[in-house]
Amino acid sequence: MIPAPAFLANPERFMAFSRWAAPMFGAIALLLAAAGLWLGFAAPEDYQQGATVKIMFIHVPAAWMSMFVYVCMGVASFLALVFRHALADAAAQAAAPLGAAFTALALITGSLWGRPMWGAWWVWDARLTSVLVLFLFYLAYMALRASLDDETKAARAGAILALVGLVNLPVVHWSVTWWNTLHQGASVFRKGGSTLAPVFLTPLLLMGLAYMAAFGALWLVRIRGEVWRKRAEAAALRAARA
Amino acid sequence: MSAALELFAREARLAWGRGGGPLVSVGFYAGVATLLPLATGPEPARLAAVAPGMAWIGLALAALLSLDRLFERDYEDGALDLITLSPMPLELTCAIKCLGQWVATGAPLALAAPIAAIALGAPLALAPLIFASALVGGLAFAFTGGIGAALSLGARRGGLLTAVIVLPLFVPPVIFGGGALDAFASGLPWRSGFTLLSAYAAAAVALGPVAMAAACRNALS
Repeated sequence: MIPAPAFLANPERFMAFSRWAAPMFGAIALLLAAAGLWLGFAAPEDYQQGATVKIMFIHVPAAWMSMFVYVCMGVASFLALVFRHALADAAAQAAAPLGAAFTALALITGSLWGRPMWGAWWVWDARLTSVLVLFLFYLAYMALRASLDDETKAARAGAILALVGLVNLPVVHWSVTWWNTLHQGASVFRKGGSTLAPVFLTPLLLMGLAYMAAFGALWLVRIRGEVWRKRAEAAALRAARA
Repeated sequence: MSAALELFAREARLAWGRGGGPLVSVGFYAGVATLLPLATGPEPARLAAVAPGMAWIGLALAALLSLDRLFERDYEDGALDLITLSPMPLELTCAIKCLGQWVATGAPLALAAPIAAIALGAPLALAPLIFASALVGGLAFAFTGGIGAALSLGARRGGLLTAVIVLPLFVPPVIFGGGALDAFASGLPWRSGFTLLSAYAAAAVALGPVAMAAACRNALS
């Protein structure tokens, strides 16, 4: 098993760790976001895009996170399905709304950027469509978990769906690249280094780290909430029996 | 082997006979095809342009409609419990159920699809490709759709939930199939789209039953 989840698999240890880790990640996220936004808004206007280039600092990290969170959810679902671990399941469940929020943010900011730049709020381009399908996967996962009453059944069904989505997602991604595409290709993580000027790259990477830290903080808080909910339920059962 | 054949015959008979079977699917398909000219306007040029795409939308929707018959009925009357008790692996059972579903509803739709597309103004030369891709696409729809049907067993508002789960899985076959038809209609190479569609169907046939069986075991546990 991967070392970090193995260490955190013990609920007591997890609660002790997340108790200080969650606020710490939150503080890091605030600092990084403040620095990233400051540098981003101080950055010069792009020679083609003008002021709209600043949307990139919100949009691109959100798009990164939309994929990253799904991978986290898939790994957590796998651990929950194979090792039947309650904490892994809580992690998968907690990640889904966060991932959906990041995906929605990417779609909305992209749309706001597309109107002045492409002249359309939405085009059925490869990248946009595959991100929209990713959003639908998150929605399907949440809908499935919400509509099964039995909690253990809902957990296992959700994990199966998350893994199916994990397999299907690359297929969706490649299938849509079939269509001629309007969205620009990768410019940060590519062979031969980034093509972005450092004055744009620095705030972008800062914002990426800020999003990552914010996700870490919110994820931990949501998992903690789930653990507390289960403890409260167990306490209520004990009280009812007594 | 005889148990597998027996199960296949049962599934095909049930899907064919009870609950309308192919007639309902084909009727639904004809209904969707009729709505299209009413919604977009009957100019032949415009209809001909969207006819292959509409063939795919209709196929996907018709496949979606027949999904709730796949596991739900057997789950409710307890037949699924009994089938699970048999020595046959549940993965094989699920695959046979999907295959029966495909024979009873997917294959008749593959015959109806070229007719509807031609009635909407698609060129006659497109008919064999529409038939072939609808046949292969139906297989992909049946096996990916089965995952959604199995996952939503025992859920509230199961039918709607199945649709929400399954629609993202239907995206690649629609893209590949619609892309192949589009390419053929405009004289471009279409083989890659058809090959990718077949590959997706093959992957669905291979991997879908594993997920379906896991979901069924979970629902019955």
